[in-house]
Amino acid sequence: MAEATGLRNLQLVNDWADDVAVFRGVPWGKAMMWIFLLSDTFIFTCFLTSYMTVRMTTAEPWPNPSEVFALEAFGVPVPLLLIAIMTFILITSSGTMAMAVNMGYRRKRVPAALLMLVTAVFGAMFVGMQMFEWTKLIVDEGVRPWGNPMGAAQFGSAFFMITGFHGLHVSAGVVYLIIVAVRVWRGRYEEKGYDIIEITGLYWHFVDLVWVFIFAFFYLW
Amino acid sequence: MAVEAQIPYQEAMELHDPHSWITKYWFSQDHKVIAIQYGITAIGVGLVALVLSAMMRLQLGFPDQFDFIDPEAYYQFITMHGMIMVIYLLTALLLGGFGNLLVPLMCGARDMVFPYVNMISYHVYFLSVIILLASYFVPGGPTGAGWTLYPPQAILTGTPGVDWGILLMLGSLAVFIVAFTMGGLNYVTTILQARTRGMTLMRMPLSVWGIFMATVLGLLAFPALFVSAIMMILDKTIGTSFFMPAVVSIGDSLDYSGGSPLLFQHLFWFFGHPEVYIVALPAFGIVSDLISTHARKNIFGYRMMVWAIVAIGVLSFIVWAHHMYVSGMHPWFGFFFATTTLIIAVPTAIKVYNWTLTLWRANIHLTVPMLFAIAFVITFVMGGITGLFLGNVIVDVPLSDTYFVVAHFHMVMGVSPILVIFGAIYHWYPKMTGKMLNDTLGHIHFWVTFLGTYIIYYPMHYLGFVGVPRRYFANGEMAIIDESVIMLNQTITIAALIVGVFQIVFIWNLIYSYFKGRDAGPNPWKATSLEWQTPETPPRHGNWAEKLPTVHRWAYDYSVPGMKDDFIPQTEPRTAEETAAGRTE
Repeated sequence: MAEATGLRNLQLVNDWADDVAVFRGVPWGKAMMWIFLLSDTFIFTCFLTSYMTVRMTTAEPWPNPSEVFALEAFGVPVPLLLIAIMTFILITSSGTMAMAVNMGYRRKRVPAALLMLVTAVFGAMFVGMQMFEWTKLIVDEGVRPWGNPMGAAQFGSAFFMITGFHGLHVSAGVVYLIIVAVRVWRGRYEEKGYDIIEITGLYWHFVDLVWVFIFAFFYLW
Repeated sequence: MAVEAQIPYQEAMELHDPHSWITKYWFSQDHKVIAIQYGITAIGVGLVALVLSAMMRLQLGFPDQFDFIDPEAYYQFITMHGMIMVIYLLTALLLGGFGNLLVPLMCGARDMVFPYVNMISYHVYFLSVIILLASYFVPGGPTGAGWTLYPPQAILTGTPGVDWGILLMLGSLAVFIVAFTMGGLNYVTTILQARTRGMTLMRMPLSVWGIFMATVLGLLAFPALFVSAIMMILDKTIGTSFFMPAVVSIGDSLDYSGGSPLLFQHLFWFFGHPEVYIVALPAFGIVSDLISTHARKNIFGYRMMVWAIVAIGVLSFIVWAHHMYVSGMHPWFGFFFATTTLIIAVPTAIKVYNWTLTLWRANIHLTVPMLFAIAFVITFVMGGITGLFLGNVIVDVPLSDTYFVVAHFHMVMGVSPILVIFGAIYHWYPKMTGKMLNDTLGHIHFWVTFLGTYIIYYPMHYLGFVGVPRRYFANGEMAIIDESVIMLNQTITIAALIVGVFQIVFIWNLIYSYFKGRDAGPNPWKATSLEWQTPETPPRHGNWAEKLPTVHRWAYDYSVPGMKDDFIPQTEPRTAEETAAGRTE
């Protein structure tokens, strides 16, 4: 093979093509989680693109999100009140997760496990508030996946499908966090190291990030 | 540092050696066993699809001669044949089967990075096959919506299997995607992170490159199918209208309104086109290795071959709407997608030239794997060239939904990968079992399959030109149907039945040779890549002895001038002569 091939001499290509590992020092689980999240990104992208498409194709008017998602506080309807609190909680949980990762790498396993449990509690609160929101929409406002009194049927269809799918991700994340937290607490990773907390964190931050997009496209548009 | 830290990790990898029959052959975490499980299941379900195609051919060749084939059954045959062949046979066999088998062996790893996840992957795949086949035993039978499952018709009265069949089909696909994701994450991570010392990306055999890129495509394309399956299930079961416009069905106005059937087509083909390359790229990779090994010559333009695989993979994501020229989408889209489609022919043509140039003045051994490899190159060129016709909007429009299309995709993504799969099985069977496959039976199998293919699919191009529409149960009194069509259809049917029956020779060969075959020895083809250098044949659980092999060269050192043997294994250190002669790779 000729040395002259241009790509051969690019340092970047050489680094990537090096033997043993493309991402040096990255544990297998972490690499795998990143690739999984890339795949999952495509799932949510397809969901959101489909939602935008049906929002365009339906001939019925689209319900006004600031009215649908308003919450009465002290007798005054406040738009997006609940959802603002939910978003705040979820983003806070990303903060506690990051602290757990930090504690893990400092080998303080008890604080790390506690912070993970706090994260899980925030996640559970988020899911609980989502259940409250769903109940309000279904019972009080008559929104169903196949239709609603305010306008286009696709509003309910896309809303329940996408927030439901995201809610499943959060719920799965809560279970995942609890399992890992218990194992961290018991000292199972003392020898292997605490990469597992970062891997769990990657998933958790991803779920948060997806929520930001759902929030923007559903509630603010 | 960290890099060095990873190899001992791999050498000390927990392997969970099997303790009982169940953990050895059923719930095994050994990638080789999982590969064989994938292979047997895929071939088994593929035989079902083969029988279905024989049924279709019976109706087309001899219309109305068989009572058990009515229009409903015919549509069910079409749908199940297509879906099984593309997803449950080709994807599962090439990635689940050969991916599992070749990736750790060729990269010099002990196993996949997460053997447990790998094991679950197979069992979830098995579940998806069960769900799919269960649709034969529910009221109404399997769906007859065509393998593309286009709504609105797929979930409306009038389509066979509208009650249960379509739901089982969509459910099965969703489960399959879960299985594929678990396997696929393993293949990609293993290739990226768990190669042995010296095995740089640019020393990997092209089989691994093809499997790698195909898996990446799968991980990014299957989500679109997953999402559309979920949405169609919701449309069908709880009455949402994602894909459903306002419809009047048999005089009744349905409750659907405002959805977009075109959205489904976009999602489906955003998956569907990369799917073509999910099947093609592993075949490209494997055939490169077969040709190089059996022609005793290095692959021509290795680097170009790698970049062609990568380029095809990237481009395959921006060509999907060439399946939709007649769907009513904007003509400007047609212009864009026609352009990208023709551009993808460039890297593909590079690969064909390189295979041909590898064969040029090589020491060609016409072994059975080599015959299949050469047959692939020829068939792929045939199918590829008709692709240029169909990629152009103005040529495609009159040919759309005719037998020309059927001929095209069967040549290019049906028969071509199947030929590679056969070649690959003849090639790697000795490593997996320690026995050679019978040569005579192999030759019979090859010639009947190869020549039969051309008797079956060549005339279909003509059928398409005279305008015979595809997916029709019967052509009836249509004025455009020429006399010659009837005779050709009979010829095709007879050829198809003969080729179908002759696959028994292949199955028999697999079984017979396992017990009575000639001993293969560790390296019967005198090949260079790592899987032929394992300490035992078949390789034991963990693949390698105490230490992992070290790689010193690429996988294509065949017929190197001045060397004693005409091949140098990848594990062989560079000699002083090589250094003196200034060989760089």
